[in-house]
Amino acid sequence: MASKILFDKGKVIAGIVIFLALLTFPFIYNLGKAAPAPEPELTPKAKAAKVCVRDTEYMNKEHMQLLDVWRDTSVREGKRIYVSPNGTAYEMSLSNTCLDCHSNKAEFCDRCHNYASVDPYCWDCHIDNPKEAQ
Amino acid sequence: MNVNYMFSLVAVLVLILLAYAGAGAAGFTTFFGVFIPYLALVIFIGGFVSRVMDWARSPVPYRIPTTAGQQKTLPWISYSYTDNPSSNAGVVLRMILEVLLFRSLFRNTTVEVKDQKLIYRLEKWLWLFALAFHYSFLTVVIRHLRFFLEPTPFFIVWLEKLDGFLQLGLPGIFLSGFVLLAATLLLLARRIFSPKMNYISLASDYFPLILIIAIAATGLLMRYVAKIDVTAAKELTLGLATFRLAVPEGISGLFYIHLFLVCVLLIYFPFSKLMHLGGIFMSPTRNLANNSRAVRHVNPWNYPVDVHTYEEYEDEFREKMVEAGLPVEKGA
Amino acid sequence: MSEMPKPKEVLSGLDHRPPRKGWMDTPVDIRKGMYCYAANPKSVEYLGLPHAREWNPLDDDWKLPENWQEILHKGFKERLDRFRSIKVFMDICVRCGACADKCHFFIGTGDPKNMPVLRAELLRSIYRNDFTLSGKIFGKLSGSRKMTVEVLKEWWYYLFQCSECRRCSVFCPYGIDTAEITIFGRELLNLLGLNIDWIATPVANCYRTGNHLGIQPHAFKDMLDFFVEDLEEMVGVKVEPSFNKKGADILFITPSGDVFADPGTYTAMGYMLLFHYLKERYGFDITWSTYASEGGNFGFFTSHETMKRLNSKMYAEAKRLGVKWILGGECGHMWRVIHQYMETMNGPTDFLEEPVNPITGTKFENARSTKMVHIAEFLADLIKHDKLELDKSRNDHLKVTFHDSCNPARGMGLFEEPRYVIRNVCNHFYDMPANTIREQTFCCGSGSGLNAGEDMELRLTGALPRANAVKYVHEKFGVNMLACVCAIDRAALPTMTEYWVPEVDVTGLSELVANALIVPGQHDRTTDLRGEDLPGREEEEDGE
Repeated sequence: MASKILFDKGKVIAGIVIFLALLTFPFIYNLGKAAPAPEPELTPKAKAAKVCVRDTEYMNKEHMQLLDVWRDTSVREGKRIYVSPNGTAYEMSLSNTCLDCHSNKAEFCDRCHNYASVDPYCWDCHIDNPKEAQ
Repeated sequence: MNVNYMFSLVAVLVLILLAYAGAGAAGFTTFFGVFIPYLALVIFIGGFVSRVMDWARSPVPYRIPTTAGQQKTLPWISYSYTDNPSSNAGVVLRMILEVLLFRSLFRNTTVEVKDQKLIYRLEKWLWLFALAFHYSFLTVVIRHLRFFLEPTPFFIVWLEKLDGFLQLGLPGIFLSGFVLLAATLLLLARRIFSPKMNYISLASDYFPLILIIAIAATGLLMRYVAKIDVTAAKELTLGLATFRLAVPEGISGLFYIHLFLVCVLLIYFPFSKLMHLGGIFMSPTRNLANNSRAVRHVNPWNYPVDVHTYEEYEDEFREKMVEAGLPVEKGA
Repeated sequence: MSEMPKPKEVLSGLDHRPPRKGWMDTPVDIRKGMYCYAANPKSVEYLGLPHAREWNPLDDDWKLPENWQEILHKGFKERLDRFRSIKVFMDICVRCGACADKCHFFIGTGDPKNMPVLRAELLRSIYRNDFTLSGKIFGKLSGSRKMTVEVLKEWWYYLFQCSECRRCSVFCPYGIDTAEITIFGRELLNLLGLNIDWIATPVANCYRTGNHLGIQPHAFKDMLDFFVEDLEEMVGVKVEPSFNKKGADILFITPSGDVFADPGTYTAMGYMLLFHYLKERYGFDITWSTYASEGGNFGFFTSHETMKRLNSKMYAEAKRLGVKWILGGECGHMWRVIHQYMETMNGPTDFLEEPVNPITGTKFENARSTKMVHIAEFLADLIKHDKLELDKSRNDHLKVTFHDSCNPARGMGLFEEPRYVIRNVCNHFYDMPANTIREQTFCCGSGSGLNAGEDMELRLTGALPRANAVKYVHEKFGVNMLACVCAIDRAALPTMTEYWVPEVDVTGLSELVANALIVPGQHDRTTDLRGEDLPGREEEEDGE
């Protein structure tokens, strides 16, 4: 007597609807939205510099590690000079080195950070445009 | 050594190689990044729903809750509202405790023979590992929604804050991933090293466990060790969720391995014991109120049966009944 | 019992570590002392159940019908379609192992196939092979195997080593109930005529005469008349039980075991004295039936259909006699059937009234639809309203503990009522440790039709966890009386205590009540219902 009817139909269907609603939530949430991956915008100064302290691929994945090292070295050890693998020396400073070129935090930093839902606490201390503030 | 877990381990290794060779080396990134995920989702949803519907096609002919507490009888006897619910509200509470807190598993004990006596002890490890595993997995899954939603909604940001409350390490450590890996490893160790568990475990018990361990491990690797281009990864995953397909260059093979293993898990899910996710809601010993003497439960296939009627009985024994002075329907 | 090793040897030989060889590769060994004899073909035939024949479990050839595999497969399929429980329980077990050491038969025997999870896997392995895709593709790796005569024998052996007590189900995170699996498995075995005689013959008896023991109506009356004489001697009043009386207030149904063998007989005498009291004091009119003279239902251990066939007599008789509602005596699985199956199977009950206790005015709300009340509920209500005159000091020589019978415990939730009654009729009551009572209670080892003589080793080893707890309170508090509300308990527990804790005796609840009850017109009661002197009573009276 393989039955075609569902028993406890109301409850079963309700359960399935909740299950489907949860699973399809991302599709419904994004419906009609085009959200292409953000391109970090380079300021003219950054474009002109051509190279960052390290190569782009490294910076892309490891910039937080680099900044972490910079912070520890400069604040705790008092050393302020970073020498990149190709021999160039930079001041280890988020405000004065990084943001000097990338002065457009909103277009350069925040876009990707927001996209990937990361919330670095750099900005808890470092204000956006240090030079202007000075 | 045991063929069941060796098979499962080899199967997961083959799957890893398959994704690595296919997406990483041979460059079938669209196949592994788009086609397989959609296929997995369709099979998961379709399979899950059809399994539940299949269960629902069989009725629950009798009201058979396992009563694990005092029944509701006389008004002055306090009864167990959740362990022996007499109302639907009680059943809902019982189910909530069961699903969210693994209430039944919390009762677990072990027994051993000592000095000619049986000794029982509470045994909460299984409950703890199981709870740790399920909740960390849930947290990890919800956190991953950041890859499928744009903008990332507030509750995921909150969950990330909570999960990363230690503010240790860089990138900040999410506890859930490590708990997931640890709990699954412990559950696996339990299956391998406990003789009783080893005896009852099948390949289909080891396979999902090892698969999830591999998923957790590859995830942790991507986040903390061999970092991937997160923006590019989200471009791909969000593309799946918006139907604006994009397979950006430069996502590492590790990502495709991780994604592929997740897809395998989704595909495997409806055909396996993992369906306990849906099944627990359908379990008649838990989801029914113990009110069968107060409210009649109807069996849809209740069919008439042969009975031995009083008339047949009296016909057989009438003389003896009359002789013994027992009342009869038909005078002798 | 002569072949049974000493308790100490059993305990020191007990090993819960499973063997190295996998369970599928370990063929079943049907061992003497652990199994019950095959059903008498006459009994099977009387019930019209299929494939009645002489067969012996120890023989290689079980004389199976030629198409037995087809019958099983069809039966399996049919039941998957009828019982969601089976379908879900076949699918969702994760083998977490929580149930493994919860079964009294596993604890007592150490046989790994008595772990509830493996008992179910015996059937699941066939389910996977016959009904699932992964089973067909991955074969043994997915835990599936083909049905063979060996597997069938394994089913039979282990499905009759489960007493359907549901203890494992309490611990299962998904509520998987091995009782449900065993009920289903035995139903399949019955399709091939593979019942045990300790079940089949009582069922046939019950069908014909109304009770398992095959007591015919006149003999049933005779047996109760013996108790009338005994009571007259021990209490000094002449009770007058009524039989098959039309227009009585209440129909009383209890297991026939209690009219047949000690110490159940004292429980039966307890009922009679209680009913006499209620009649004298309050004019409450209770009748016994010879047609529905069995509360127990071994049909429950055969198949759902057989259970329904036997159970039908209760309502049929209540209707014929025109009583208001039904009172049920002390019995375990009888109450599982009444509580969880009866009205679904044989209802609705429009010919009965919603049960009200006319003496106290209490409405038994919880039984308003099924219209059958448990004697412990009824007694608790009477005592609460102070409607019974009791002299509990008459039970002072007893130190009592209470064994929760599996079915009223985990298929109903009857925990407080009997304890309330005991506390009001006895001064010395001690519960056993928490994880051996109430919802975690242990079976007597003989439930679900396994209380035969030939499987004594199974019964005694299965009773170990219960006995161990009894021994604990015996040693700690000097407990000497084990009370219970189940007729199988009353038949099985004395054997258990004799073997494991010989200093402890077994009683029914109603016996304790009747011993304390002050009956109008009673003489100086110097003995209990067993005719044993009450310590101190005679001296006191001499001194007066």
